[in-house]
Amino acid sequence: MAKKIAKEVSVAVAEAVAQCNVDVISAYPITPQTHIVEHLAELVNNGELDAEYIPVESEHAAMSACIGAAATGARTFTSTSSQGLLLMYENLYIAPALRLPIVMALVNRSVSAPISIWNDHSDVMSMRDAGWIHTFAENGQEAVDLIYHAYKVAEKTLLPVAVNIDGFILSHVVEPIEFLDQTLVDKYLPPLKMKYKLDPKKPITIGAIGVPEIYTEAKKAQDEALKASYKTIVQAWKDFEKLTGRKYLPVETYQMEDAEVGLVIMGSLAENAMNAVDILRTKGKKVGLVRIRLWRPFPLKDFIKAIGKVKALCVVDRAVSHAATGGPVGIEVRSALYQSNKRPRVLNLIAGLSGRDVTKEDFVEIFEKTFETLAKKPSTPYEIYGVKE
Amino acid sequence: MRPELKNFKPFTMKNLPQYEGFAQGHRACQGCGTVLPLRLALKVLGPNTIAVTSTGCMEIISSPFPYTSWEVPWIHVAFENSATVASGIEAAIKALKRKGKIKSKEKINIVVFAGDGATFDIGLQWLSGALERGHDFVYICLDNEAYMNTGVQRSGATPFGAHTTTSPAGKVIKGQTTWKKNLMGIVVAHNIPYAATANPAFPLDLMNKVKKAALINGPAFIHVFATCPTGWGCKSEDSLLAAKLAVETRVFPLYEVIDGKYIINRKIDKPKPVEEYLKLQRRFRHLTPEQITYIQQRVNEEYEKLIKLAECFGEEKTETKQNQEE
Repeated sequence: MAKKIAKEVSVAVAEAVAQCNVDVISAYPITPQTHIVEHLAELVNNGELDAEYIPVESEHAAMSACIGAAATGARTFTSTSSQGLLLMYENLYIAPALRLPIVMALVNRSVSAPISIWNDHSDVMSMRDAGWIHTFAENGQEAVDLIYHAYKVAEKTLLPVAVNIDGFILSHVVEPIEFLDQTLVDKYLPPLKMKYKLDPKKPITIGAIGVPEIYTEAKKAQDEALKASYKTIVQAWKDFEKLTGRKYLPVETYQMEDAEVGLVIMGSLAENAMNAVDILRTKGKKVGLVRIRLWRPFPLKDFIKAIGKVKALCVVDRAVSHAATGGPVGIEVRSALYQSNKRPRVLNLIAGLSGRDVTKEDFVEIFEKTFETLAKKPSTPYEIYGVKE
Repeated sequence: MRPELKNFKPFTMKNLPQYEGFAQGHRACQGCGTVLPLRLALKVLGPNTIAVTSTGCMEIISSPFPYTSWEVPWIHVAFENSATVASGIEAAIKALKRKGKIKSKEKINIVVFAGDGATFDIGLQWLSGALERGHDFVYICLDNEAYMNTGVQRSGATPFGAHTTTSPAGKVIKGQTTWKKNLMGIVVAHNIPYAATANPAFPLDLMNKVKKAALINGPAFIHVFATCPTGWGCKSEDSLLAAKLAVETRVFPLYEVIDGKYIINRKIDKPKPVEEYLKLQRRFRHLTPEQITYIQQRVNEEYEKLIKLAECFGEEKTETKQNQEE
């Protein structure tokens, strides 16, 4: 086993990308993604990574160049945040539809206005329906491991993968990271061989017009591919576990076996939530935590299994879906429950917008609020938590 | 003289390439002066080419699934970003060749076909970025002077006075109120090795320019005057006549800028009046004599500016023999 090294998570992510022997990197700087792309530029310019680095003039161009490069058979990488993701937007739909295995580190940040550089999930939720595979990291080690995993999955499924990393809270902290030995990376990740690509020896047409007679079928095929990617994703984690001993599942649980009240969350805040679970458990409260690691394709069965026999759930969203029936995760969870026979009370709170701290004390309070729903149904479909009155 | 062009052998009527990269049966309008230069360019570039096309007429007429007119590998991504898609392709080929994943050492031509909307307007930033970064590719702007694919709306390339559906010849405002954007000036300001104008009525000149553009290492840009009988309201059979008159009236001069040096390919010492060009097209039929006088004056001024540029920043020989064609 390789030893643990203290690294800033952004730098560690960049090094994992480099270990994946990426061919083309195309990126535009935006806070808090910058340290990732800066470190990659350094690696390329120091001759430590044999790749083309395209310093594009916008994020839309970053994704455009990745699309061109991936269509030519290159292993590609980009990274962005917030407004950058929104500027990429139309390409976010085109990349999966053209079945291109692009990997993006999405360093999550709130969306303007008001302009803010701090963390929440407003940016990623805007691309929820674009057709990407999405994973969410809880800590630095996971961010790094999800990068290796992303390439494995992207290239097996021919779908783009976004690895979501909370801005600052995760991207800018120094954590002990255990990298894979290069030989293990090479074993895990064979060279990319695309059957269909832009090759003058075997000309194909990519990006043709979909007339009404075939558009539906094209979308159905794309949808099936994303659904079917679930198996590949899980298998890639199993393969990873065999190499490293580190186990990853689509949905993680903590103290859920006998939990009466559960909390559902994605990303790095889960660590604070776990602390709150520990505090409440010492007081004899049966609480637990469900963390969704795989957001798309949504792991419906895993999720339903993970919530066990809870009587109430609190879904903590990190983004607002204005005037909807919940936050994006809240809506997803309620819809998922309707696919099962389980009917826990669902409290949906939107918390931690734009880097607002959600401390373990806050999570204790959130759990207490969730206990209250056992006696009385929540009066509104969702609530923004911690608003200063 | 750039080393790539030292032993340049121009095409003549006797040595035209037999190769066709664009199949028959596409859905372009009769007399389309946009698809013709595209076809000629692909003849020159040959099979060892990857083509990128922006959203627009040339994309829709060539790729209604499951049909395709493209004999070369082809990709369409979006409206504005073809220059950047080409950047990615070029970078990928570079990296993959270096790593031995593409074995062939032969140069793969990368060509972009984009309309005036995709180039002058919505895609200008993407083009600028790709030119500034110096990718080795050929960008061919097929300029038919409006958004023809969506039904003839004005663009930054639409000429002064022209009627389009968003610059209609109204009772008060009569057509396009602005002069055509100086795209060549913008492109040349990027200090790229090769920029040229071309016109399908001068096919040998056009093909030779595509050949030069492909030989050049680094970005090359060709601004092609592309007639559109449907959008301009001229007869299909007058498509190339209009194209020819655009040169003969000095409306669209043919020139190259190689490493910043201007070369006028076809000096028009005795220009025909612009009216001869304008009267072929319904988009200009509402023009008043005053407007026509203004256009004539401005065309002369712009041409004189170009001549001065060629005098100041030109090579000694300003006219090349290869262009003695009609």
